[in-house]
Amino acid sequence: MYPAKFDYYRASSVQEAIQLLQEHEDAKLLAGGHSLIPAMKLRLAQPPALIDIGRIAELRGVTQDNGSIKVGALTVHADVAASDVLQSQCPLLAEAASNVGDRQVRHKGTIGGNLAHADPASDLPAAVLALGGTIHLLGPGGSRQVAAADFFLDLLATDLHEDEVLTAIEVPAISGKTGTAYLKFEHPASGYALCGAAAVVSLNDDGTCAGASLCFNGVTATPHNASAVAAALVGKTLDDATIDQAVNANLSIADPMGDMYASGPYRVEVAKTYAKRALKAARDRA
Amino acid sequence: MTEITVNVNGKSYTREIEPRMLLVHFIRDVLGLTGTNIGCETSVCGACTILMDGQAVKSCTQLAVQADGSDVTTIEGLASNGDLHPVQEGFWEKHGLQCGYCTPGMIMSGVDLLKNNPNPTEDEIRHGIEGNLCRCTGYHNIVKAIQYAAEKMQGGN
Repeated sequence: MYPAKFDYYRASSVQEAIQLLQEHEDAKLLAGGHSLIPAMKLRLAQPPALIDIGRIAELRGVTQDNGSIKVGALTVHADVAASDVLQSQCPLLAEAASNVGDRQVRHKGTIGGNLAHADPASDLPAAVLALGGTIHLLGPGGSRQVAAADFFLDLLATDLHEDEVLTAIEVPAISGKTGTAYLKFEHPASGYALCGAAAVVSLNDDGTCAGASLCFNGVTATPHNASAVAAALVGKTLDDATIDQAVNANLSIADPMGDMYASGPYRVEVAKTYAKRALKAARDRA
Repeated sequence: MTEITVNVNGKSYTREIEPRMLLVHFIRDVLGLTGTNIGCETSVCGACTILMDGQAVKSCTQLAVQADGSDVTTIEGLASNGDLHPVQEGFWEKHGLQCGYCTPGMIMSGVDLLKNNPNPTEDEIRHGIEGNLCRCTGYHNIVKAIQYAAEKMQGGN
């Protein structure tokens, strides 16, 4: 399976990539290529030009600054998963990245490419949403920052403009008694999420819930934020029965996706189970 | 056409290629190294696994231009001076193959796994080769083969 023909350009800086995007209509950015190349081989995508940003060193790596952590867009999943900074201060992102594909895929696939592609069955979108992450974008008009909650617009569609480059993902460092968990029910062959649950649970000193967040991959076209479940947990002592009841009473997912692997209603049932497991795991780690 | 230079198994190759050429076709069709197999072509089965700059990568999901300037190791580059790599030897000793189609990719993944985790548990081996499918379902002996290699590489046996 060969991709259709395209012109190939290699950008040595983000500015050059933006300039090339402006010069070549409908061009696509190539990072790790692990979403784009499969789509091109199936001729689902036939961009006339590819702009290879894969060698721009400034876009790679994890840095921390004043309670927040910035992950360069070209950081591959294996490096996100293995990052000491993320493992200790934002373990949810590391755990979600360790769930992407397999070890070969994690060696090449990038966090920026993953989020820009916005595959609903991927592992990272719900984690970034549950963390309240921010997407950094750079275009001809300068930089802008978009909250994860506003970034994912629809199936494979984001707020990233055609002449912009996604440069980094910013997530807050966890503080206090906070635990996180990402658990997924995956398709056994592809590893894609039929349902992936990302949970963040913060506890007060007396053990009651100070704050929570629960988001899903794989169930809806964009990552689903189960804010009603999270709200129902705040102030409560989180024993198993309380978590089960909060999920049963408050998890409502409109328009779940259905396909040949799993119907929409089935995914919602799986989401209930994984919500409970993820919230309990996050509580235990807090 | 684009000119790329790739170091494959210690030898540098400079070739003119179409940008759309996949790395696995460059390895097989341009360089004639047919040990690397093409399986599913959809980044799932791992038959095309090679090492790119020391890391296991699915060569059906990389463009050859992305490998420009890289060091690539294929199954042909593992043995040295006629001596099999310990992972190759493990597949021989433990009957780690049936039809053999997944074997080159499986071995490259095993090499990558042991480089990062020299003493893996059985569970870590099974998890580590999740990106490689054996259609004969011969995983049991594949795991034994990698365990054999781990022991040998740590000075056992």
